[in-house]
Amino acid sequence: MDPLIFSILVMLAVVLLFMLPSAAVAVYAERRVSAFIQNRYGPNRVGPLGLFQPFADVIKLFFKEDIIPDKANRALYILAPMIPVATAIVTVAVIPFSEFVYITDLNIGVLFLLAVASLSVYGVTLAGWASNSKYSLLGGLRSAAQMISYELPMGVALASVILFAGSLSVVDIVGSQETWWNVFRNPIACIIFIVAAFAEANRTPFDLVEAEQELVGGFHTEYSSMKFGTFFLAEYMHVVIASMLITTFFFGGYHLPFAGYWLPEMGVIAKSVLDISVFLAKTTFWAFVFIWIRWTLPRFKFNQLMRIGWSRLLPLGIINFIVIAIILYYLG
Amino acid sequence: METFFFFFFATLSIAAAIAMITSRDTVNSALFLVVNLVAVAGIFLLLKAQFLAVVQVLVYAGAIMVLFLFVIMLLNLNSEERFFSEFRIKYGIAFILSVLMLSLLVYAVADATNTLPVLSPDSAHIGTVEALGDTLFVTYILPVLSTAILLTAAVVGALMLAQRKNSGKKES
Repeated sequence: MDPLIFSILVMLAVVLLFMLPSAAVAVYAERRVSAFIQNRYGPNRVGPLGLFQPFADVIKLFFKEDIIPDKANRALYILAPMIPVATAIVTVAVIPFSEFVYITDLNIGVLFLLAVASLSVYGVTLAGWASNSKYSLLGGLRSAAQMISYELPMGVALASVILFAGSLSVVDIVGSQETWWNVFRNPIACIIFIVAAFAEANRTPFDLVEAEQELVGGFHTEYSSMKFGTFFLAEYMHVVIASMLITTFFFGGYHLPFAGYWLPEMGVIAKSVLDISVFLAKTTFWAFVFIWIRWTLPRFKFNQLMRIGWSRLLPLGIINFIVIAIILYYLG
Repeated sequence: METFFFFFFATLSIAAAIAMITSRDTVNSALFLVVNLVAVAGIFLLLKAQFLAVVQVLVYAGAIMVLFLFVIMLLNLNSEERFFSEFRIKYGIAFILSVLMLSLLVYAVADATNTLPVLSPDSAHIGTVEALGDTLFVTYILPVLSTAILLTAAVVGALMLAQRKNSGKKES
């Protein structure tokens, strides 16, 4: 097949059949898992096992009145919810789902991911500012500080991953984990990356951006109807994206454990089906861990958040990077 | 097609730069600067300098401009009167449409005369990470290292200034 048409097909399939529904599934999973953790039932009335609950939620959001505050900056207020969704969708462009199925193999894939992640700060920050409300503004400012701080440990952790692969292309990084996943070769960077990914997705224990007890709703206090729904969608898409990135960089992407040692040669179709199933299973597991941690750990204070980011994770990441660079240099 | 994209990004970056200087609201100014930086990144991409393009977005549009916005939002809090300018959606749409129109016009005029030089085949490799790393860390290793030392000294200096101010406050 023509490579351009193939990547367009993959892109459409991923965005329409996976990214958008995954947010709805994640919302349902969040409510059921949280209910399980808190010894409740959770939503179980709409449809079998409550499976149609997300549809009911979204229809409810559509029918709500859409209020734009009188003193808000209208243009930015409307623009802000679109940014996090757009950045979440753009991220999948460089993630390989199988040995043969990926949208594009960018020469600078890792940097592309970091650049897109750095742009997603604007959504929350502008939403907080454009609402012209003090709770929103505080939420927006917190998010700007938090996301900038945690991009650094994330970048340093990825730098040590690049050392193993010898390439900035995400496809090559996954390819280099065929026998040994990066979590075994580079466990410290893995922990740093997971913590930073939680912070970037604004999830508990790092959800100071929308701390209900102190900021009402944080940056989306003034948002209603589907504009709020868009932020909601973006939050869960970022959870799924973060799960995909953790899987891709540290848990072998589409590779089964130690697949290089025992997995026999397979046809293109069979291998693709196996790869995609493995990738989705790992992503689902990490999305579950996101929910699990949210309902288990309390929120950090802001000074604790900054101390973890700047004086724990960042120096640890730099030392880890230097040590790995020296070891790899002497191993040749 | 590439010629059109060049003219589109060029017009967009110039228009955003003018809008940045002329707009009264500081936040709008900062956002126009972001548009300008992204447009320049697009021009880098057309010149096959992928690394430079992504770093432009990552460092300038992503990190530095967010810090700018951060400071502007904190400092603007007192001037409630000028807190929001009259930037409306229709102005935004007018901005985008006029940029598109102008770039189409310039493209129509310029394409007939073949204004843009043709990129040589070698230039496709110059912008990649490998080539850049080779040049920076082999040929020009001394300037790179001295710049690194200079930057570290500047950071330590900034830290010292901030610390002195802080400790002075505590004493008084």
